[in-house]
Order: sequence, then C-alpha cells, then structure tokens
Amino acid sequence: MDPVLLVASIMVSATPILLAALGEMVVEKAGVLNLGVEGMMITGAVMGFAVAVGSGSPLLGFAGAALAGAVLSLSFGLLTQYLLSNQVATGLGLTLVGLGLSALIGSSFEGLRAPSLPKLDLPLLGDLPVLGPMLFRHDIMVYVSLALVGAVWAFLKFTRAGLILRAVGENHDSAHALGYRVVHVRLAAIAFGGACAGLGGAYVSLVRVPQWTEGMTAGAGWIALAIVVFASWRAFGVLLGAYLFGGVSVLQLNLQAAGTTVPVELLSMSPYLITIIVLVIISARGVHGAPGSLGRPFHAAA
Amino acid sequence: MKRRTLLASAALSLALASGAAFAQGDTPKVAFVYVGPVNDGGWSQHHHEAAMKMKEHFGDAIEVIEQESVPEGADAERVLTQMALSGADLIFTTSFGYMDPTINVAAKFPDVKFEHATGYKTAPNVSVYSARFYEGRAVTGYLAGAMTKTNKIGYIGSFPIPEVIRGINSTFIHARKANPDVELSVVWISTWFDPAKEADATQALLDQGADVVLAHTDSTAPLAVLQKAGAYGFGQAADMYEYAPEPRLSSIIDEWSPYYIERVQALIDGTWESTSTWAGIGDGMVGIGEFTGPIPEEALAAATKMKDDIASGAYHPFTGPLNKQDGSAWLAEGEVADDGTLAGMDFYVEGLTTEIPN
Repeated sequence: MDPVLLVASIMVSATPILLAALGEMVVEKAGVLNLGVEGMMITGAVMGFAVAVGSGSPLLGFAGAALAGAVLSLSFGLLTQYLLSNQVATGLGLTLVGLGLSALIGSSFEGLRAPSLPKLDLPLLGDLPVLGPMLFRHDIMVYVSLALVGAVWAFLKFTRAGLILRAVGENHDSAHALGYRVVHVRLAAIAFGGACAGLGGAYVSLVRVPQWTEGMTAGAGWIALAIVVFASWRAFGVLLGAYLFGGVSVLQLNLQAAGTTVPVELLSMSPYLITIIVLVIISARGVHGAPGSLGRPFHAAA
Repeated sequence: MKRRTLLASAALSLALASGAAFAQGDTPKVAFVYVGPVNDGGWSQHHHEAAMKMKEHFGDAIEVIEQESVPEGADAERVLTQMALSGADLIFTTSFGYMDPTINVAAKFPDVKFEHATGYKTAPNVSVYSARFYEGRAVTGYLAGAMTKTNKIGYIGSFPIPEVIRGINSTFIHARKANPDVELSVVWISTWFDPAKEADATQALLDQGADVVLAHTDSTAPLAVLQKAGAYGFGQAADMYEYAPEPRLSSIIDEWSPYYIERVQALIDGTWESTSTWAGIGDGMVGIGEFTGPIPEEALAAATKMKDDIASGAYHPFTGPLNKQDGSAWLAEGEVADDGTLAGMDFYVEGLTTEIPN
C-alpha cells in the first residue's frame, strides 16, 4: 500500500465532513444545536452542482452552495431564534426539508457532468519528493477547509467577537445583561454553519464523486455532528476527528483493495468505537466542553 | 381518526380477500418497492422504468403504486403490510434484502401475491424472479481482462450474497481467459447505494494499481471517478450510456419489463401461480450494452462470440475444469454448474486471493 496515495485520498474524503463539522462547531459554540447539517449539506450539494453546471465555474458552484446552505439555515434561525421553536425538532425538520428540496431541484441534473475543480500544483512545495504528492497537489477547497480551521480557532481564541460568541453560548442571560445581542450573534453563527455545510455538500457533488445523485451525502451530516462532540467543541479537535473518520473509512477500503485479511467490520466500526472511548475519557476527566447554553431557547424578556 | 381509516381499510381488504378471484370491474392494483431512489441511474431506476413500461402496456386496466428508498429490514415489512392493507393485489419487492420481510408479510396476506427479485425463498403466494447477471459478468469480465494494462482489476461488492459472489467468480474466470496474469481485488462496502462510498472504493482500487473497475452497486459514482482517472468500467443494471465511449466500455442491462407485463397479465387472467424464474441473455432478461471505447478488434470479436454462445446455450459461464478457492475440485472438464449450486454460491473459485467476509 502506498502511504502517499493513502494520505492524499484521506484528505479528499475528510474534507466534506471537516467543513460541515467546523460550521456546526461554531453554531454550537453560540449555544444553538442545529441537527439539520445533513439537510444543509445535501442542499449545498445540489445547488453547488447546479450553479457549476450552469455557469461552468466550479468556484461559483461553491459560492452558490455556501449561499444556499446559509439561506436554508436562516430559516432554522428564524424559527428557533424569533419564534422560539424547539431546536431539536426544527433541526430534524431541516434535514427532511433539505433532502426533499434537493431531490426536487436535482431531478433535472441527473446524469450531467460538472466542470471539475483543477488541482493546484503548488510550485516548489508540489515538487517535494514524498510530501509533494501527499499534501500539496490537492484542489483549492482542501486548503480552504484547512485555512478555515485555523481561522475559526484564531477567531474564537483571540478576537473580541469570538469572545462574545462564546459568551452567548456559555450563558445567554449574562451576555444579554452585558448588552450583547444574543439573537443576532446566534443568527450569524447559524448562517456561518449553514454556509460551511453547503460547502461540504458541494465538495461531495463537485469533487469527491463528481456528479449529482439523490441522497448522495448518505449520512455525512450525522457524522459531522458526532465529530463536534468528539472534538469537545475545539477547532483542531474537529480537524483531528474529521481526518480520523475519513481516514479509517478510506483505510479500510484500501486494506481490502490491497487484499489484507483484516476483518472489514472491525475497521468499519472503529471510528465509532473511538468516539465512544473518547467520550468516556472526556467525561471521566470531568471536562465536557459543551457550551453552557447549548440547545436552550433564549427569550430576552425572561 | 387515522386508526379508524386503517381498520376500515383492513376490514375492506379482508372482505375483498374472502371473494375468490377478481371481481368483475375491479382494477387490479400492482405495487413496487424500491431500495434506492427511482432516479439512482441504476438498479432502482431500471425497475421503475420497467414498471412504467408495464403500466403503459396495460393503460387504465391496472393501477400502479410505488414506494422508493425503502430500507431493507423492519421498515420494509411495515411498507409491505401497508401496501397489502391498502388493497394491492400484486407486490413486486425489488431487492434481495426484502426476502424475509416479503415472506413474513405474504404469510399474513395469503390472497395478496408477491414477486421477490433475486431471492430464493418462495411460498404459494410468493414468486421469485432474477436474471442470470453472471452471464453478463462473463462478457464484461472478459473485456476487463483484455483491457487492463496493470494486470489488476477491481471489483466493488455490496454484500457477500450468492448473487454478488457469482458475479465476482464469473468476472474473474473470464478475465483470466483474456489475460492469464490478471489479479482481482474485491472491496466490500456493505451498501447498495452510497455514491460517496462507491467513489472512495473506486479510488482505493485505483490507488492499489487497478485500471479497470467493475461495480456491483447501484449508482454511477464509480464511472464518474474512473472518468476522472482515465481508467475503465462498465454500466451496471442500467446502460449508463452517458459515460460512453469512455470510461464505460459496455454494460449489463436488466430488462424487467417483459417479465412484469407477463406476470401482471397472469394476474388479470387469474392464472398467476408461484414460480421461480431465472432468465439470462438468451431470454432477453439480461442485456449487454453496446461495446464502446478503445477495445482491440480481437477482444471485441471474442466478447461478441461469447455473448452469442451464452445466448444460444452453446456456452455456460461456469464450465469445468474449475476448482474452488481452497484447491478442491468443483467441476470436472466439460462439466457445467447446476442451478442449485449457483443459487447458493458461497465460495470463490481458485485464483482469487481474498476471503469472503461473513
């Protein structure tokens, strides 16, 4: 087995869940639990594909996907933040809406081909002997997703806006008492999460597969939700989790293709097993990392 | 309110069931259950299109209801029960995993008739029907062997059921006929339909050096990846001609509509009885798609001849001498596999190196 090709394909397979999980992490950091990641991803997948086919530009496709994901997520924001609907139920509804909506929009895009996103051949870095083909010959979205991890980390850790977002998520009543506009902050976070999920979905339909097929995200959104918990709401934890999940699924396919006799079932269940172990370790340490106001409705008059 | 409707319809269907055959002027209701969406580009779409052709043939003489993306397992049983309660007379369950649900529900509704695709359990009101896909696999396997330059071909399997194992064996035997040095790698992905996983599996096989990949799953994702990589593949279940001339070299097409028309006609005539149908290229249930792409003349002629010989019955894809994977003898020189062994096939033939997962 060639480790260079293996790492390269792990990066491709992990990028969709990395983007979606990163967005969801920011949403949850603001105290909102949006279970509609799968719905926003699949909507992003179909809109990204449609825009890319229509315009001939995959980058415009990604922009369209981000926009579509954000718009869809704002419907969730409207319902949960202004009308105070239950976040869990609304999020699940969002998934169902996304799946149905994407099937409707996508029916005329079956069997079409999208323009492909060119691989960046980074000068110098791309020519490095082993690391070049492993790390530096991907398409731009792989690097965007990695840059986004760094940006989110820095935003939450070092900026005033990031501090406000975390304050809103930890204790919305206190944040409100300090004069921060809880609902506005949360809406911004929700829109960001939607845009990221849309990008992740578009990466599946434009790069990883590349075609539109109904239901093609096939549960990636749920894995993204699991990764956020696995990461205990930290940006680099999300990166680790996404590459672990993506890595194991690619690794087990490669081990099979290479003809090893490791039981497939064992490999397939290993990421979930690791998640459970990590959760046990986290709770044994007594540090959960979950934002204090996660999933709780906020009403200013209260 | 809802429960009352359900009870009412149950009572109604019981009343209907007590009457022996079709009452005059009663429109027969034919139902279809699909495992994937009806626009998956492959297996489910093809069943759906065949159902639509059948509906066109009969026009208003029958009523068709469909349910797509029904998971195999407990959900299937619920859907089938619902269909039987709502007055379906004949229900086609179009995926292997519906086998036990079909048998269970059929036992509860002895007057509703069932047709299960690719299974092997029958009952007085359950027929099974399947196509001898392995005949098509012989042709595509031969082409795969002829086209590989790395001597490595890949195969994406869904579940290790006899249907899929037959296809792998047939592919491998005939790939070796075209090229004795061929190695076959199999990747099991435990699903019929997951485009992202199918794409990843294809990529994994390409990374391991395969340059022709055959799929026994339902979407066109493998072909999309093969196209990007400049490798070759085949249409599965549907022609997938949108990927011709390359990477798609040919395809195995399921032709269900003649069978559906025949069975619904039997229902209308009152001559329906439980049968086991297993038809191949010769009967027209397995179609071989047009050969496209840069196939060498010689291989093209051999593949065409193989297809014709299988259709006429002159050649059987499982003809001895063949050994099982462990080296024990299976078929002697000139001996042909019997249908019983094929239907329950749970072993690889000699030369395949991996093991079948449980």
